[in-house]
Amino acid sequence: MDSLIKLLKTNARLSNAEIAVMLDKTEEQIAEEISKLECNGIIKGYTAIIDEAAIDSNAVFALIELKVTPQSQSGFDEIAQEISSYEEVESVRLMSGGYDILVSVTGNNIRDISQFVSQRLAAIDAVQSTTTHFVLKNYKENGIIINNDQTDERGMISP
Amino acid sequence: MMDYDRLLSQEAVKMKPSGIRKFFDIAQSVEGVISLGVGEPDFKTPWSIRQSAISALEKGKTTYTANAGLIELRREISAYLKRLIRTEYNPESEIIVTVGGSEAIDLSIRAIVNPGDEVLIVEPCFVCYSPLVSLMGGIPVSIETKAEDEFRLTADALKEKITDKTKLLIMPFPNNPTGAIMCREDLEPIAEVLRDTNIFVASDEIYAELTYSGKHCSIAELEGMRERTVVINGFSKTFAMTGWRLGFMAGPEEIMRHVYKLHQYQIMSSPSISQYAAITALQSCFGDVAKMRNEYNMRRRFLVDSFNKLGLDCFTPQGAFYVFPSIKSTGLTSNEFCERLVQEKKVAVVPGDAFGKCGEGYIRVSYAYSINHLREAVKRIGEFLSELKEAENG
Ligand SMILES: Cc1ncc(COP(=O)(O)O)c(C=O)c1O
Repeated sequence: MDSLIKLLKTNARLSNAEIAVMLDKTEEQIAEEISKLECNGIIKGYTAIIDEAAIDSNAVFALIELKVTPQSQSGFDEIAQEISSYEEVESVRLMSGGYDILVSVTGNNIRDISQFVSQRLAAIDAVQSTTTHFVLKNYKENGIIINNDQTDERGMISP
Repeated sequence: MMDYDRLLSQEAVKMKPSGIRKFFDIAQSVEGVISLGVGEPDFKTPWSIRQSAISALEKGKTTYTANAGLIELRREISAYLKRLIRTEYNPESEIIVTVGGSEAIDLSIRAIVNPGDEVLIVEPCFVCYSPLVSLMGGIPVSIETKAEDEFRLTADALKEKITDKTKLLIMPFPNNPTGAIMCREDLEPIAEVLRDTNIFVASDEIYAELTYSGKHCSIAELEGMRERTVVINGFSKTFAMTGWRLGFMAGPEEIMRHVYKLHQYQIMSSPSISQYAAITALQSCFGDVAKMRNEYNMRRRFLVDSFNKLGLDCFTPQGAFYVFPSIKSTGLTSNEFCERLVQEKKVAVVPGDAFGKCGEGYIRVSYAYSINHLREAVKRIGEFLSELKEAENG
């Protein structure tokens, strides 16, 4: 992977000046490369990786598998786009294998999510069935370790 | 009551504890310290190497190997040295697989030094050379390198220290703690001085793969030098395998024949599982090495830039994973600087004088840490320096 993208993925808040030093380029070059990545739609946005459970221990995260009847013209696209437009939904993916679409959702509690599944998702005509998995604990998100009790085994000082 | 004073070997008693040890105790006593103090990779050993070890264990490859190491491994090492330093060593008689570069260093010194011999040690450097020389009754003679020479050894500095007792020169490049390297043009004048002497060279090239400008060059590959050099290298830094305890040493057969005996009586053979894993390392893991090197390189540029911006002069090292900024502008000694930094800002770095007297006025900062870790540490060092200045002015 491109070094610039890799750096931004580990920390999008690095300044252009810092990145320029690390990659041995000028600040202007970095600014230009980033704006190109943004224009080309390769970088879609910058976001914070949040440990939701640390803010609110009741917060619930769920993955929902959907079996969907493909539409004659658009296949799965129309339905997937419709689901993507719901505010509660964090990610929507078309899958190979035993089901068709995987949706991830965060809610304040289990009831919120149950309601969302039964009233919004299951209500879509093309959706044949739903299977909801509640997440028990989150260890890694977007490449960042979230639950880490590991200490640096190397100790503090060595020759 | 045991009379331990009479019991103990005088050489063991005389041996000074490493300068790092003392600072380690101080850093250890402070809560919540973030460290830039270790001399080993933060990466895990590449998975395929670990897998080979698991497979060797499953197959029960748990016996002693040939004393000099598995012949398959020695053949791989021989091929590797040909690629790395363009020098040929016979896997049957000129290569020994050791317990880390550490054992190879010890063997080189033991095989060559007689009581009263002078051994030239290029400082600042890794901590074990001088005590091991003393243990053999040899006399360690420091050659100081300087920031204005980018901590390279110069022919003049070398000539100045050569006497008719000089037996061995220890060449520690790429260097721990300075990060200095010696390229072919720097090595040629050194070889020129040595060619018509009977001085032998032990070249510690454990960081050879962590060279950021151009290719690594060994003094052994210069004309007339193979016959007067042993090359020390290993798996610890290159493949992030410090805990596997595996290194190797290569040199002319006339020397290695005797080194072999020392190794045989001391060690028997290096760990078998590590050796099987190391074959995989040399056969298929240079992609991983390149990735790690890239990552180190970014961190290196970041730290050099950061320290220079903070007003701590820092030359741009081209090797290993350390930077060695000067702290002379603060008016503190290396020890004062490091102790106060760890007490006041909870950042641990190593005082430069732990690596030789001429390291005074410098600190060793390791970048075997993630960028985010380094940024936090740099921020704290910045605060420390501002507070020092305020205290001075206020
Ligand atoms: C310059 C140098 N040589 C040799 C060693 C020993 O490494 P090992 O015994 O793990 O191969 C080290 C370790 O820090 C080192 O920095």
